[in-house]
Amino acid sequence: MTKLNSKIPQGPLADKWTNYKATQRLVNPSNKRKLDIIVVGTGLAGASASASLAEMGFNVKAFCYQDSPRRAHSIAAQGGINAAKNYPNDGDSIYRLFYDTIKGGDYRAREANVHRLAEVSNLIIDQCVAQGVPFAREYGGMLDNRSFGGAQVSRTFYARGQTGQQLLLGAYSALMRQVHSGGVKLYTRHEMLNLVIVDGKARGIIARNLVTGEIERHFGHAVVIATGGYGNTFFLSTNAMGSNVSAAWQIFKKGAYFANPAYVQIHPTCIPVHGDYQSKLTLMSESLRNDGRIWVPKKKEDAEAIRAGKLKPTDIKEEDRDYYLERRYPAFGNLVPRDVASRAAKERCDAGYGVGSGLAVYLDFSDAINRLGKHVVEERYGNLFQMYEKIVDDDPYKTPMMIYPAIHYTMGGIWVDYELMTSIPGLYAIGEANFSDHGANRLGASALMQGLADGYFVLPYTIQNYLADDIQTPRMTTKEKEFDAAEAEITSRIDTLMNINGKHSVDSYHRKFGLKMWDLVGMARNKEGLEEALSTFKEMRESFWKDIKIPGKKDSLNPELEKANRVADFIELGELMARDALQRQESCGGHFREEFQTEDGEAQRNDSDFMFVGAWEYTGEGKEPILHKEELVYENIKVAQRNYKK
Amino acid sequence: MDLTLKIWRQENAAAKGRFETYKVTNISPDCSFLEMLDILNQQMIENQITLPVCFDNDCREGICGMCGLYINGRPHGPDKGVTTCQLHMRKFKNGDTIVIEPWRARPFPVIKDLVVDRSAFDKIIEAGGYISVSTGGVPDANSIPVPKKKADVAMDAAACIGCGACVASCKNASAMLFVSAKVSHFANLPQGKVEAKERVKNMVAKMDELGFGNCTNTGACEAECPKEISISHIARMNREFFAAKIL
Repeated sequence: MTKLNSKIPQGPLADKWTNYKATQRLVNPSNKRKLDIIVVGTGLAGASASASLAEMGFNVKAFCYQDSPRRAHSIAAQGGINAAKNYPNDGDSIYRLFYDTIKGGDYRAREANVHRLAEVSNLIIDQCVAQGVPFAREYGGMLDNRSFGGAQVSRTFYARGQTGQQLLLGAYSALMRQVHSGGVKLYTRHEMLNLVIVDGKARGIIARNLVTGEIERHFGHAVVIATGGYGNTFFLSTNAMGSNVSAAWQIFKKGAYFANPAYVQIHPTCIPVHGDYQSKLTLMSESLRNDGRIWVPKKKEDAEAIRAGKLKPTDIKEEDRDYYLERRYPAFGNLVPRDVASRAAKERCDAGYGVGSGLAVYLDFSDAINRLGKHVVEERYGNLFQMYEKIVDDDPYKTPMMIYPAIHYTMGGIWVDYELMTSIPGLYAIGEANFSDHGANRLGASALMQGLADGYFVLPYTIQNYLADDIQTPRMTTKEKEFDAAEAEITSRIDTLMNINGKHSVDSYHRKFGLKMWDLVGMARNKEGLEEALSTFKEMRESFWKDIKIPGKKDSLNPELEKANRVADFIELGELMARDALQRQESCGGHFREEFQTEDGEAQRNDSDFMFVGAWEYTGEGKEPILHKEELVYENIKVAQRNYKK
Repeated sequence: MDLTLKIWRQENAAAKGRFETYKVTNISPDCSFLEMLDILNQQMIENQITLPVCFDNDCREGICGMCGLYINGRPHGPDKGVTTCQLHMRKFKNGDTIVIEPWRARPFPVIKDLVVDRSAFDKIIEAGGYISVSTGGVPDANSIPVPKKKADVAMDAAACIGCGACVASCKNASAMLFVSAKVSHFANLPQGKVEAKERVKNMVAKMDELGFGNCTNTGACEAECPKEISISHIARMNREFFAAKIL
């Protein structure tokens, strides 16, 4: 237990970050030039960190598996980014954003980190506007805001339904400016496969050039992992096809702790699953819940008739509709946090009131269209409606959308201290890849905020506190024995994979595994299911290494080999997720254990036994990992049962 | 649906490519185009027929810009305003023959099969597709009002996903729609004005240097752009460019 030192600065909450910055060690400009930093991933966190570090004068090497940094999956974020600007004059403040985030996370996040996040949130908006991010504006030329789940103020800045795209392109342009000036060396179509540790410190990575298959060695005085979340463990998720956990998993196996892997966010408004050939799920932004109302039929026979195709949703009279979120949570209505909305949809569908295939509910805009006019709805959500129409072949202006929860975001991730350093010195994790700020449930429009906070305003400071000791450390040649060993591990793993020569494609395996994950470690978990998961996943891991077939060669572009490398890691992670869900005998945020719920079906926390961050330490193949507990202390917030009813 | 696919196969950049014919059967009309290719690849792997077809893709929701196939002679296929990943099989008929090629443009060399190298686009952005502000020390976000109309036009232009369909659709392999979208995005914002002249000159020079062709106002790029970016941005870029050269 004593192994985890979160390094939270002393002093009152609101002064911690200011005091930290005032007293931390810095690296002077001439020494920055002598230091190399590897950043893996070019999403919001990675691109903003790479750009900011290079602007300061460090030498940055940025890696991404896509053909361009601009493709990173942050680009798909739709709804918006939170900040405590209080432009609408509705009573927002840094404290309120901090409070909402802690409460939204079901009291499982660190106070100091979250307060820092709220503090820098306003700087992010200033920065993005200066970069030319075309946020939505009002007629007077000022920035517009909208409301997101879990908040009673409007603090979300947005750029139509493409906020993630615009923020990422802002960070990408800052990154490319540094590529131009020589501060960043870019490695596209490269995937990190191993970490190199020298004398206990992270000193480099082993990466595969995905076009040539060449295994490359790269040195850095520090290494930053910004590789996103692990939602694709479930095969079907809103993540990009290539999103993976491999970098995070490899550092876990090298000694970085993996925290709260069971905390997975299931987003309530996604287009429902519709066929066994489906490769991914598509999100419909939470912003839709500003104007859309969620309902199912009040009468079971109506739901049955709809499922049989005998009734249309528009045939159901107003009094026969159950707006179940408005009914159950009058204070927040359709804007309850994601975990609450998802569970409520599952509850209605499990009880037999689902529409479509039975696993879907309606998101209805008819009221909004009557109130505001079609053109306003189109202006706010046009691209989302178009996307829905293309996929489902149905016009949401005329008939309600069908939606169902799907895997979206992972709150768990690599354990980091206040400085965003992992348990390996010199190794950092930022953005979705770390566990730090969202507790057991993330609020809408907070992922973009955290990714950019880490990359623009936190890591570029905190990393200097470490690098100040390294100004005398010369660059390594990468011929050291530690690089040899790390590379040998990877070449042998790739050879093993290529030589399995089994019968099944990696995708078919991943799909089968993902379904098991969804059934046993998905929206509702219980002891029996999780124990079954542990034994099933062990068998699946073993058979994976016997059954899969990778055609082609290792020394050329080979997407099947890339997928195999990733899926092998997902299966191992699945075991850890089940283990973490099993040890956490309470329900909190996105983690719902059926055994622990209140009489009216709400999540039942157990603060006396489980108010801790669960950080897992790898102990070797086939051995049980060790759980370390970081107790969470709330000095500034009164811990309470979350209540979105009144 | 049962379909015949004629797909461009090419080992690597140096190899000579060719069309190969494959059949897929029993495809659901609700299946996306890339999921149809997944099914084909799955068959190839499990029945050990031949190497699976390589194609770029990532987000599969039409925003990352990574996918891009030339389908029956049109970038991103027959549907309007969508990327390849958003194209669904209901746009085809049972028994159809579908011809699938990579983007064909000199600045986008083929890497393998249907995968091309679009790093030329990154190089154009690197030449000036940004506002030169560093992190920190910027004014409050509301200190400079931006007329809503201007902000909306900037957003229309900034919606470009950098997929390269404009280049692939153009008989001259011109990148004018891509470059002008970025120039126009910044030209409409007060923050972008400061470096406007340098930006347009540098980006156009880089575009020419990389071997993209000239614009002859055919408008194919606008017609095929999955984000329906307007060629009025090209007009704006031309104006910006002349102003930068003359004044």
